[in-house]
Amino acid sequence: MMTNPLTVLGRRSLNVLRGLGHNATFFADLLRNIPAALRRPFLVIAQVHAIGNLSLLIIMASGLAVGFVLALQSYYALVTYGASESLGLLVNLSLVRELGPVVTALLFAGRAGTSLTAEIGLMKAGEQLAAMEMMAIDPKSRVLAPRFLGGIVAMPVLAVLFSAIGILGAYVVAVQLIGVDDGNFWSIMQNGVDVWRDVGNGIIKSFVFGVICTFVAVYQGYETQATPEGVAHATTRTVVISSLSVLAMDFVLTALMFTHR
Amino acid sequence: MSSEPLRPNADSHSSDTLIDIDHVTFGYDASRTILNDVSLTFPRGKVTAILGGSGCGKTTLLRLIGGVHPANKGVVRFDGEVVDARNREQLFRLRRRLGMLFQFGALFTDLSVFENVAFPLREHTDLDDTMIRDIVLMKLNAVGLRGAAPLRISEISGGMARRVALARAIALDPELIMYDEPFAGLDPISMAVAANLIRTLNDTTGATSLMVSHDVQECFSICDYAYLMSSQGRVVAHGRPAELNASEDPEVRQFIRGEPDGPVRFHYPARPLAEELGVKA
Repeated sequence: MMTNPLTVLGRRSLNVLRGLGHNATFFADLLRNIPAALRRPFLVIAQVHAIGNLSLLIIMASGLAVGFVLALQSYYALVTYGASESLGLLVNLSLVRELGPVVTALLFAGRAGTSLTAEIGLMKAGEQLAAMEMMAIDPKSRVLAPRFLGGIVAMPVLAVLFSAIGILGAYVVAVQLIGVDDGNFWSIMQNGVDVWRDVGNGIIKSFVFGVICTFVAVYQGYETQATPEGVAHATTRTVVISSLSVLAMDFVLTALMFTHR
Repeated sequence: MSSEPLRPNADSHSSDTLIDIDHVTFGYDASRTILNDVSLTFPRGKVTAILGGSGCGKTTLLRLIGGVHPANKGVVRFDGEVVDARNREQLFRLRRRLGMLFQFGALFTDLSVFENVAFPLREHTDLDDTMIRDIVLMKLNAVGLRGAAPLRISEISGGMARRVALARAIALDPELIMYDEPFAGLDPISMAVAANLIRTLNDTTGATSLMVSHDVQECFSICDYAYLMSSQGRVVAHGRPAELNASEDPEVRQFIRGEPDGPVRFHYPARPLAEELGVKA
């Protein structure tokens, strides 16, 4: 059957708009339910523990590995131009401005995001969310909002830890193994890094990434088809959408935060 | 017994009626109608069964009563009040008056047996922990599972899970208890226990019970009144169990006796077999 290309374009555009509208109303619903979740902080604390504490190991191990490699690669590049004393500054700025928030968000999407999606999706498949609805309990308030808040709180903390461990890893490689001057490594960092502009903006980035990753995860879980295939596809979508959104948003935020000095 | 899809009580708004389904038509999408101009009433304090084969719209009916979906046509009344699926405030107010037992329990797998039953009490009341503990243990005792209170959901059997879900459904002493396939997948002992519990709880709490099932004899052993639905989403017969048992209607007889062929065909509509195989009949 021949289909008019304009009809196809129109249908796809409408689907995209419908999807965006659905996302927006879902996000607004989630925000509306945040005060109710805050009234019961133990639910949020449990989620900060589940999302944050359990992601700690992978975040710290990755931070250490990134710090090692970053120090090594940067040293060989800098020493060519006799600028190896700038190593501490380069490592620090790379981590707090970019790698800390971005890599943490990507790991967060893979570790905590998929876990959230699968958990909520399986609750849906097991009719647990429907049971809550029938008990006159809003799942968005009882299940989704605490997880959303837990993710938003956990993500910046994890990103800061990632950067801190990364810097320590770089210190071990640069100072202990390569022999860069200890005092120089720290002092150039102290002089060249601005707390608000660099560290602060990095934290703001990780907060925004936390909102994106956690929202995508709870949305995909809640809207999943209540079948094993549905949950599997939803977890995959969580990683793909979160990762692409984080990378796109990182470009926008970097352009806004660091373009003008 | 009647084969007409009429309501047993002429006055649908009488104080004896808790739920009134009035000429309801519903489909999840425009291409397929699940319920077709269905009218039923559920009297207060009675156990009413909705019987029918898989996919005839029994569970959908419960969802409409709970306001999960709006009817395409017709209205559902809960205690005289029209259920509006788009009005969440009203829905949540009405839902506090009902308990629902899901087909597989729908228990919260991250909570213990005790916490599952305590869940609605913690969410909807300001009772202190001592009071909640007492109520939960009483409800679990009613279903014979007081001793299982500290167990995790993964540690209990399917039959026990159904009973825990029942204890949770009655935690807030609802006026209406809806049972979705309460006997599905249970062994004979668990089935008899479940049937006995439904009847006993209904009589002791004075609640109205509504169960959907395809286990005819188990339902007939405990219900006061039954509706039989066809695969076309219509009520084909209703009456007391004895009346339905004595029915001469071919569709009723086929369903009650479990005959493989009859008005409900064994074969899914298809071309003749000989034609399909390319041989002469």
